[in-house]
Amino acid sequence: MRVTRTVATGRTVHAAEAPSYLDVSGSEIVFILIGVITLGAALLCVTSRNVVRAALWLVVALGGLAGLYLVLTAELVAIVQVLIYVGAVVVLLLFGLMVTKAPIGPQPDLNTANRPVALVVAVAAFGLLVAVLIDAFRFAYLDLTVEGQGGAEAIGGAVFGSWVLPFEVLSVLLLAAVIGAIAITRRDVGSKGRR
Amino acid sequence: MSDAVMIGIKVVCVLAAFLTLPLLVGQLEHKAMAHMQGRLGPMYAGGFHGWAQLMADGVKFLQKEAVVPAAADARVFGLAPAVALIPYLLVLVVIPLGPGTVAEALDAGLFFALAVTGVGVVGMLMAAWASANKYSLLGGLRGAAQLLAYELPFVLAAASVAMAAGTLSLVGIVEAWNPWWLLWQAPAMVIFFVAGMAEIRRPPFDMPLADSELVFGYLTEYGGLRFAFMLLAEYVGIVVVCALTTVLFLGGWRGPFLSDDLGPLWTILKIFALSFVVIWARVAYPRLREDQLQRLAWQGLVPIALGQLVLTGAVVAVTS
Repeated sequence: MRVTRTVATGRTVHAAEAPSYLDVSGSEIVFILIGVITLGAALLCVTSRNVVRAALWLVVALGGLAGLYLVLTAELVAIVQVLIYVGAVVVLLLFGLMVTKAPIGPQPDLNTANRPVALVVAVAAFGLLVAVLIDAFRFAYLDLTVEGQGGAEAIGGAVFGSWVLPFEVLSVLLLAAVIGAIAITRRDVGSKGRR
Repeated sequence: MSDAVMIGIKVVCVLAAFLTLPLLVGQLEHKAMAHMQGRLGPMYAGGFHGWAQLMADGVKFLQKEAVVPAAADARVFGLAPAVALIPYLLVLVVIPLGPGTVAEALDAGLFFALAVTGVGVVGMLMAAWASANKYSLLGGLRGAAQLLAYELPFVLAAASVAMAAGTLSLVGIVEAWNPWWLLWQAPAMVIFFVAGMAEIRRPPFDMPLADSELVFGYLTEYGGLRFAFMLLAEYVGIVVVCALTTVLFLGGWRGPFLSDDLGPLWTILKIFALSFVVIWARVAYPRLREDQLQRLAWQGLVPIALGQLVLTGAVVAVTS
């Protein structure tokens, strides 16, 4: 790691102080390579002609995302990404697909007429996110040589220290979603009360 | 010694453990089951108690034709054994054998182990779907339902130890371990071990395989080397679950005497003692029915695990 990169953790610098884009470090090359893999897997996920294969490409994309977190020294986030998304969400997804309808080979009826609309929405969302992120973190640099800045202690301290209120709000939101899901699937709960 | 040489030695050691420990567990299973059921089993290959039978089986698997069913999704079918096997290899990297004897002491080693073992299930689902066989698909469905049910108590029990030790590092947990944890963390240990057995689909939790009703579940269409890899994944799974239980609940390399010198020996002894319990359970208990499986997880293990978390939290809060 070169000296030009050792700006303090996540510090925002002035445009003049920013390291040059032509001056690429090893981590940045790895980051870009994993990013390309993730993007490719994500594209294959949405263009695949088979719904289970699409879910498997999603595994690759989510795993790639974990790799990106790892390169950015956020090891805890990377591990949790694998634990939650690959280990639980995708398994649930595959379970759902297998229970319903998951034939082998290409499925011609997979594309709906809404495809162009979905493309427009996706491009718009992508554009918005990229604009916001570039605007917010244009001059923020992370020193990758600092140990433990993305470890369990740092993340735990941040989540349960300064970010405890958003964390609790999110917990309540998720709890509400779970209760809502139960209420929707169990019709007998509501009807019993009315009788 | 340079870093590259050190990494090379570590890789060779982990690979050696990956290839020998499951075979030893397999041999132990052959012999323990044979004795428990009052039968001899294969006794001729190699001479003493038929010790070479496993190698003969391995050679047999090598010679078999690699058959892919015509209706199967060949690429996913071929990839599935690798996806099922490699995660367990990665877990072995973070498991400490003795003080300082660990391939890679990760800060969040416990989380890493839990996350990576979960990935192996994707391999099982790939095998189940790509076989294009209804028995396989049913086996995969049962496996997924089982994993979703048992992952929660598995992680909660591990979280209890992490809370007690105040760290997510597997080395740190062994260092913080105290003999009275055997009592304090006993419910968590039982839950972790049982849920771990269910995660690797060992009998009595082998509903996804259930040879009397599903032929051989998600492995029905597999043969030859691919089947051998799937089988190997099961036995490495036993080693990994027993090693994690040892490290988390039984004090890892701590023994009654000479913990520092004989550390790795204690760890391996405990791993094999637990492996014996896994095999014993296979012989002793009939297969759980699907509804019994789900009831045990949701009505038994999850509430007890939550209770254990409260207890651990209370004790930690009082003593610290």
